[in-house]
Amino acid sequence: MDQAKNFTKGLIRENPVFILMLGLCPALGTTTSAFNGMGMGLATMFVVIMSNIVVSLIKNFVPSKVRIPCYIVVIASFVTIVDLVMAAFMSPLHEQLGLFIPLIVVNCFVLGRAEAFASKNTLWSSIIDGTGMGLGFTLALTLLGASREILGSNAIFGFQFLQADGMLVFVLAPGAFIALGYLIALANKLNK
Amino acid sequence: MEYIAIVLSAILVNNIVLAQFLGLCPFFGVSNRISTAAGMGGAVMFVMTIAAIVTYMISHYILIPFDLIYLRTVTYILVISSLVQMVEIILKKVSPPLYQALGIFLPLMTTNCAILGVAILVIQNEYTLMSGVVFAIAHAIGFTLALVILAGIREQLELVNVPKGMRGNPVILVAAGLLALAFMGFAGIV
Repeated sequence: MDQAKNFTKGLIRENPVFILMLGLCPALGTTTSAFNGMGMGLATMFVVIMSNIVVSLIKNFVPSKVRIPCYIVVIASFVTIVDLVMAAFMSPLHEQLGLFIPLIVVNCFVLGRAEAFASKNTLWSSIIDGTGMGLGFTLALTLLGASREILGSNAIFGFQFLQADGMLVFVLAPGAFIALGYLIALANKLNK
Repeated sequence: MEYIAIVLSAILVNNIVLAQFLGLCPFFGVSNRISTAAGMGGAVMFVMTIAAIVTYMISHYILIPFDLIYLRTVTYILVISSLVQMVEIILKKVSPPLYQALGIFLPLMTTNCAILGVAILVIQNEYTLMSGVVFAIAHAIGFTLALVILAGIREQLELVNVPKGMRGNPVILVAAGLLALAFMGFAGIV
């Protein structure tokens, strides 16, 4: 497959959050601010690239009947690495993301890439695919986090641009659903 | 009294789907009919309770005594996926009607982050086994409640003339947002 196309498909055309509606739990749960959304996106991106690499390397040795448990163990190992590294070096962000770091394991988008792409393609295309998809996920989470932060607390990446009370509802749970709903409508419009 | 607080908080105040954002894939995936939503809720309750008990045992009798906490994520997910497989085999043998009713929802349970999330929360909150079980059941009830309400809304939405750009997922997300807004009214009762 054309590698450039392979890379860009995750950004817009097959964006995991906006188009495929995968990995919604972290997408809604961690995007109270642009920074948190980006942190979560980058953590997931690391896991998806690394698990794509390992899965595409082991795909010929794993019997097809037990492949899903094997892939999950691979993913869980990288998630544990991310969890421990973040706890050690990025303690405040780790605290903010909390439960959602170990839950990258059950992010259907990571397992989906392993099963649908890395287990059928070469190492090189799997790396490209993981990077593109991971970037697309990070982009979606940053965008969602930024729009919630702008509307909810009149700030972006922690920079306060307006000294006034924002629409608090966008920082709270209901705003996440509503903001994502409108962003998806926008993405659908742009995709046509 | 402690149990009542756990139950009220899990079902209404900190609803697992609408306030904690866990289990969103089945929340949007199988909420098109009230009957399938209720079936999914039943399956989740079943697996979530067993998973909470088993992971509690593993955590307190294996991981903590041997200082292996860092293996938590790997062990839990393996336990949950084999548990789901086992429940599927047993149900198929013991109660074929129930197995038929749950159908595709059972295998999907492995990647339901609500199950792993509750298992981790039980350990993080340092509950006893009994409170842990109550916590898991209450969260499953909360999940079922949110799922059934959204399914009801979606059945009505099919009859409504939605603006073109908002059709499909966007309008469902906005409906879920309004539902979450309604649930915020329960804040402060516990």
